[in-house]
Amino acid sequence: MDVALHERRDQRAEKPAQDPEKLARPARKRFNGWALALLMLPGLAYFLLFHYGALVGNVIAFKDYVPFDGMWGSQWTGLANFQRMFGDSDFWAAVLNTLWIAVLQIVFYFPVPLALAVLLHTLTWSTVRRFVQSVAYLPHFISWVIVVALFQQVLGDTGLVNGYLGDAGLHTVDIIGNPDAFKPLVVAQVIWKDAGWGTIIFLAALSQVDEQQYEAAAIDGAGPWRRFWHVTLPAIRPVVVLLLIMRLGDILSVGFEQMLLQRDAVGPEAAEIIDTFVYYQGIVGGDYGFAAAAGLFKGVIGALLVFAANKVAHRLGEQGVYK
Amino acid sequence: MTATRAALAARATRAPRPAWMEKPRPLTQAAKALALVTVVLLVCVPFLVILSTSLASTDEVVANGGWVLWPQDPTLKAYRDILDGGIVTHALGVSAGVTVIGTLLSLACTIGLAYALSRPGTFGRKPVLLLVLFTFLFPPGMIPSFLLVKGLGLLDTYASLVLPVLINVFNLVVLRGFFQSVPEELYEAARLDGAGEWRVLVSIVLPLSKAALAVVGLFYAVAYWNSWFYASLYLESDHWPLQQVLRTYVVAGSGLTDITTGEGTVTAPQTVQMAVLVIATVPILLVYPFLQKYFTKGVLTGAIKS
Repeated sequence: MDVALHERRDQRAEKPAQDPEKLARPARKRFNGWALALLMLPGLAYFLLFHYGALVGNVIAFKDYVPFDGMWGSQWTGLANFQRMFGDSDFWAAVLNTLWIAVLQIVFYFPVPLALAVLLHTLTWSTVRRFVQSVAYLPHFISWVIVVALFQQVLGDTGLVNGYLGDAGLHTVDIIGNPDAFKPLVVAQVIWKDAGWGTIIFLAALSQVDEQQYEAAAIDGAGPWRRFWHVTLPAIRPVVVLLLIMRLGDILSVGFEQMLLQRDAVGPEAAEIIDTFVYYQGIVGGDYGFAAAAGLFKGVIGALLVFAANKVAHRLGEQGVYK
Repeated sequence: MTATRAALAARATRAPRPAWMEKPRPLTQAAKALALVTVVLLVCVPFLVILSTSLASTDEVVANGGWVLWPQDPTLKAYRDILDGGIVTHALGVSAGVTVIGTLLSLACTIGLAYALSRPGTFGRKPVLLLVLFTFLFPPGMIPSFLLVKGLGLLDTYASLVLPVLINVFNLVVLRGFFQSVPEELYEAARLDGAGEWRVLVSIVLPLSKAALAVVGLFYAVAYWNSWFYASLYLESDHWPLQQVLRTYVVAGSGLTDITTGEGTVTAPQTVQMAVLVIATVPILLVYPFLQKYFTKGVLTGAIKS
């Protein structure tokens, strides 16, 4: 990801390594180069076949793809698939759902890891801190299948929460399988799964803050809140801004597996996102050309957004994802 | 005397409060403690519920309305039922096999590519690096990938769970960064001793990169173990791994086939469903301490920052 940094390090390393070598044993050097190329071959073959080979398959977005005729035998139809897509209200509903969920995530998910990191950072008792960190990171490694199942067990009709509410004679809550509650539910799932993991980057930034600044501020009479406001926040602002920009660049992606697992329970009106639209049109419906067009549309817009986000990051003096 | 005190201080896990910091107020401390306990409970209680329910008897679960927080009379019957041959046992074998073989293949290919891309002399290093990083910006898309796997004749083979996801760009970048941080002098010394690239990699670079290899290997293993979508996309149901079985019988609540025998049309009892959930979670819990060990070494922090 961080190409810029690594490249710079390379160039430094390259100079002393290459020059004496070239003078002394040029033949050996070339042999090493080929040995390395050989080592690289399986990985390179993978990328060429499964990424670039597959990428070529996007031509069917411009064709009326018929499996029997194959990718190259099918008729070209120009932009017909795209025209149909732009006129399809289901597609726009999926786009709207995607954006809506992404915005909810940015508003409600994004601050949670930050707050949790600040809280963890204030703990001076490292045993407690490490224990809470271990527990909080764990859900990141649990598959979406299990996370969705856990939420069903806890929040479902016959789940833990409703069991207690029922016993206490209170109203039970209708969350699982309720289309109206679906968007808050998926945001809650993302918070449960990834908020702990998300603290890592903020904790790293917090640990970089110069301790002396806190001391100086405290001596000048700043209390904990003012120290947080005037020392901590400015110090971690670059990371926060960067992550926010990167999330905005990736706004067309909102947990494909998570949605696919729950779409049938709440219906497409609530849960259809661009990725599930592609899946149901193409894989389930067999309308490959049309689905590929929707996928390609997402890919191109997504790449442009990442590109734009990176530009903005550079404009703000941040490093961005690439240079 | 001072030495003992210093040793004691070093052993104590609570760092001394700096002189300039205010004494924490009890109310703040209580609020913090409450927040932390809430976080821990929110993560742990769901796991406790599935574990307890899987250990309870079917009657107790039914009497309690679908779940149990603390089984009165723990029994391993649910586990015996599903591990006694049948769909789940088979799926467990598939998951384990795909995870082990997939992780080894992924690790080998990632090491080769990462090492080659980290050395200055590699033929075509710059273009290959750009080629690889571009895939991060522009993935090929679901439909073309599916048609490619189909076209290669990989449908309904276990290879379809491994080959299309063989190398993860993030893991590659982590490993490459780690290889680059090996001091250049070591390469020099090895080369003067007449070691070729292969020898340098095996005897010097890999032993020095154990921590990074462990993390990347565990990331791959967790990803293979947790994967279900490719199985649902490419495999027939008699080849399914555990997560896809879990998805069908527990998440979607499909009662078409008896989960233990593969025959009949009975919905699996709640205890059995929860036992499958536990079995799918346990391997993650087992490798987690090892992953955790390397968080503290800062491997991941450094990797994620980049």
